[in-house]
Amino acid sequence: MEPLRNGGGAEEKPRRRGAAADAGPQRRRSSAAAGVDSATGPQPHERGGSASRQRRDSVRKNRPLFPWFGLDIGGTLVKLVYFEPKDITAEEEEEEVENLKSIRKYLTSNVAYGSTGIRDVHLELKDLTLCGRKGNLHFIRFPTHDMPAFIQMGSEKHFSSLHTTLCATGGGAYKFEQDFRTMGDLQLCKLDELDCLIKGVLYIDSVGFNGHSECYYFENPTDAERCQKLPFNLENPYPLLLVNIGSGVSILAVYSKENYKRVTGTSLGGGTFFGLCCLLTGCSTFEEALEMASHGDSTKVDKLVRDIYGGDYERFGLPGWAVASSFGNMMSKEKRESVSKEDLAKATLITITNNIGSIARMCALNENINRVVFVGNFLRINTISMRLLAYALDYWSKGQLKALFLEHEGYFGAVGALLELLDSA
Amino acid sequence: HAPARASGRGSGGHGSLDKSITLPPDEIFRNLENAKRFAIDIGGSLTKLAYYSTVQHKVARVRSFDHSGKDIENEPLYEISVQEEITARLHFIKFENTYIETCLDFIKDHLVNTETKVIKATGGGAYKFKDLIEKKLGLKVDKEDVMTCLIKGCNFVLRNIPHEVFAYQKDSDTEFRFQMNHPNIFPYLLVNIGSGVSIVKVETEDKFEWIGGSSIGGGTFWGLGALLTKTKKFDELLQLASKGQHTNVDMLVKDVYGGAYQTLGLSGNLIASSFGKSTTADKEFSKEDMAKSLLHMISNDIGQLACLYAKLHNLDKIYFGGFFIRGHPVTMRTITYSINFFSKGEVQALFLRHEGYLGAIGAFLKGAEQDNPNQYSWGENYAGSSGLMSTSPDVYPMQRTRSGTFDMLEMDRLERPLVNLPLLKDPSTYIPDTVDLTDDAMARKYWLTCFEEALDGVAKRAAASQPDSIDALERAEKFRQKYWNKLQTLRQQPFAYGTLTVRSLLDTREHCLNEFNFPDPYSKVKQKENGIALKCFQSVIESLDSLGWEERQFALVKGLLAGNVFDWGAKAVSDVLESEPQFGFEEAKSKLQGIGSSVVVVGTGYCGPPHKCALIFADNSGIDIILGVFPFVRELLSRGTEVILACNSGPALNDVTYSESLIVTERIAAMDPVIQSALREEKLLLVQTGSSSPCLDLSRLDKGLAVLVRERKTDLVIIEGMGRAIHTNYYAALKCESLKLAVIKNSWLADRLGGKIFSVIFKYEVPCK
Repeated sequence: MEPLRNGGGAEEKPRRRGAAADAGPQRRRSSAAAGVDSATGPQPHERGGSASRQRRDSVRKNRPLFPWFGLDIGGTLVKLVYFEPKDITAEEEEEEVENLKSIRKYLTSNVAYGSTGIRDVHLELKDLTLCGRKGNLHFIRFPTHDMPAFIQMGSEKHFSSLHTTLCATGGGAYKFEQDFRTMGDLQLCKLDELDCLIKGVLYIDSVGFNGHSECYYFENPTDAERCQKLPFNLENPYPLLLVNIGSGVSILAVYSKENYKRVTGTSLGGGTFFGLCCLLTGCSTFEEALEMASHGDSTKVDKLVRDIYGGDYERFGLPGWAVASSFGNMMSKEKRESVSKEDLAKATLITITNNIGSIARMCALNENINRVVFVGNFLRINTISMRLLAYALDYWSKGQLKALFLEHEGYFGAVGALLELLDSA
Repeated sequence: HAPARASGRGSGGHGSLDKSITLPPDEIFRNLENAKRFAIDIGGSLTKLAYYSTVQHKVARVRSFDHSGKDIENEPLYEISVQEEITARLHFIKFENTYIETCLDFIKDHLVNTETKVIKATGGGAYKFKDLIEKKLGLKVDKEDVMTCLIKGCNFVLRNIPHEVFAYQKDSDTEFRFQMNHPNIFPYLLVNIGSGVSIVKVETEDKFEWIGGSSIGGGTFWGLGALLTKTKKFDELLQLASKGQHTNVDMLVKDVYGGAYQTLGLSGNLIASSFGKSTTADKEFSKEDMAKSLLHMISNDIGQLACLYAKLHNLDKIYFGGFFIRGHPVTMRTITYSINFFSKGEVQALFLRHEGYLGAIGAFLKGAEQDNPNQYSWGENYAGSSGLMSTSPDVYPMQRTRSGTFDMLEMDRLERPLVNLPLLKDPSTYIPDTVDLTDDAMARKYWLTCFEEALDGVAKRAAASQPDSIDALERAEKFRQKYWNKLQTLRQQPFAYGTLTVRSLLDTREHCLNEFNFPDPYSKVKQKENGIALKCFQSVIESLDSLGWEERQFALVKGLLAGNVFDWGAKAVSDVLESEPQFGFEEAKSKLQGIGSSVVVVGTGYCGPPHKCALIFADNSGIDIILGVFPFVRELLSRGTEVILACNSGPALNDVTYSESLIVTERIAAMDPVIQSALREEKLLLVQTGSSSPCLDLSRLDKGLAVLVRERKTDLVIIEGMGRAIHTNYYAALKCESLKLAVIKNSWLADRLGGKIFSVIFKYEVPCK
């Protein structure tokens, strides 16, 4: 997940990609290179001969050294994308550094890593061409609190011997920078998370999802019977409002590839849903919380307009089914005693989702943008929220606003980080 | 207010409330005998009752004797009589829903003269209590839309209560920063935070629109808070929240970024994800911390949405109300923070002193439309209103208990509509007070003590003014007690009635005096002094006329200032006047300090061509008006300048009233041909200010005065006296030339201004083009 600088908009001035002074990979690379080439001399795991020839070859062709990773270290989840080259020649195979091979095999032959790491196999992008190399893009996630274990593993696998640049974005790129250096002997290349996010979104949408559309929407969102998920062509994406729902929420107005601004953010995000669910229901995973929510009835918890006015509140054009007060029924002791954990989980989900929809809608109106793209891991396996967002945007804007979604929900920052690595070469 | 508190305490505070309490009728449901037009607003926990009533109280009247053929020398100048007058008053009472049945019974028992058939009702609880009200009162319940009532009530208080609106600043010395109402109150945004949030855009008196809302509101705080902390009551949840640390529950930017956020120019303490740290089943969180986190989450969210709506509709005035706000420092603070953050300081969160009464006021106004209540001007009666109480749990526990039981607001219908002086340079920035005593702790301490020390004397004077009344002493003591209590309340909570100023302290005293039927304690003093001064008038004029122009101007100014020494409101003066009955005009002249320097100002001041018309706000009776002001008026008239002489509509201290000024002028005219012909030719006009205060609020003046000022193309304003020129209008900027003059009759104030007691203030101002 991707919790950035929200709880409030830290800045609103238009930003241009690459403008962030300390985010440029080039600067970091040069300092790292200086460390390798002159100051410290050959590293313990450095080998001569054909391996270094192959790696020099890569540099000559303006490609970074393998392995190619993009890392997005959020407040709750770490997102890792890994490009697995499938066009390795026999010669390359033979010359491939042992450590590199071991990493490749470990990542591609497993779908789970340790007790918490997961590869989202269904999202894998096949036969992608990146920097002239063909291969598959893998999407892996694990909780941020396992970051120390991850760095430890990198150290054990002698990652630093590969002299690759590790491009990372998200707040954790700053928070764990020191750990990467001391525990893993690795210099991180820190990247601006909003730059990465937008770059990732635009790229993945342009390559598509293994022949399918990356972007989709819900047709007839206000009609439960006829509502269906349909592909959306995002060929001319601008302007668009990008709503990234991680632990918290960031909202960006994107006017072109190079021109965007952070409009605002809210601290009521995925972390709030999950955090409140843990407190209210005792659940311990996001999946569990969502599962509970899918079996609950939020109208037992929330006070609806009709609970107050007996029906629609016509004076203000409010429908009876609208929520007047989230958790409003819980002011009553009797009602508190009669709701289930599932009801509470559902109400939490509805509350957070409606609120994000409401803020996104207001931003869209203020920015005069009518397409709103929702991304972020809060939406993972979360059809309830996606359909509700689609519904709410359509209903309250009287059909003027359209909610769009992307298949790779929470991975765009990591993809962007990987792309920065390739661009920097 | 003791009875109200006693009834609360007698009920045992928490738990089961004793419903058989005896309400102190004269303290709470006042003037019920003539009450009509009831309205009731029943909320989740509080009931607000409104009614209109007439108040019979005594007023002092003056009437000229027929002096023909009598011995003028030994007769008083005019006759003083005390008469009954009937005025209209609005009563608003707030009490806990628990008391509703007792209150209805009480009202039923005391309602005698009413022709009322219906009671207007609003609020969520109106439906629930409909049958009870109809049964108990025998009135038909007529329901009104909640939001319509709220808006109507809001417009009413914004129009009639000058210090209604305040901004909240917890960390400054003055928690409450009151604002003068802008002459144009529209458009504004009202964000009502009840169980949910309604955001309403108000454009005119009758035009408003629901532009949005949010389901995350007070009900969410309460409901979710009850689930998380097992704490049932809203107030207790707020108390928990005020003790908690949200950083234990919320994920902050610095939790995500580590220590590196500084390098990015981020504030590490921003919340990245509310409840982002509670995403675990293994850790316990304290109730206080969770409540605090919830409070921040909800307040931030509401603030953010309010800012988004304000931006979309291009509005910069946002008033917050609803039970989530209702005087709770905790929520006012978090909402203020949020608005400031999300608007980057461009929008200010504003709150209303009588926010809790808006629904009841609006429902009442709906029912009183045929009386056209909006045609009149209304004024808050400080004597009968409880004032804003801090509900901060740790600061004033006593006050908290009290405010939880009964709270009252009384609004007097003013005889005549009040408007701005057309000559104000910028009505929207005009402030009728020179020193904000809420802000200035030292000045506040001084003035409160000053009013305390003068209180015994005032009470004595009040009792003495009604020697024939058997209960005068008793009433005077009641007055003393009431005003003393007000002063103590203001010591604790200077913000209780808006910005605390010398003016508000003086007005409160006048309201308390009227409350106990002392309409004019100085009537006899004024009568005597007017008589004495009139006898000296001709000789003063003669000596002035013997002087050359320049000398005369100086003497006139000196006379004006010396006259202004005769102020019974100033303790230093009243002591002298009590002990030295022979103290007169010449003695006063000799007291003046620093008079020499003002001559220069006169020289540069009005030496040009004569003014078209001068407006003079007079101060004291007797020597001040007769020997100070009138010779000056006469000089202006001789120069060809028309004069509008404005005096108070009602009595205040020994200030000359409009009706007294009529008699005095008539007597002077009889002696002086200049004054006589000016009156006849309508070059000298007497008007009333619409006020009964020793101070002067140029934004609330009689409409007739304003019309005349415009008609006569007034180009000079003269404001006389400490109350009018120093305490209130020292910095007032006018469109035309103005002269503010007074004698500082208070050594503390003189010291503060860098002078001695009896120093003169003489300020001739020419507006910059």
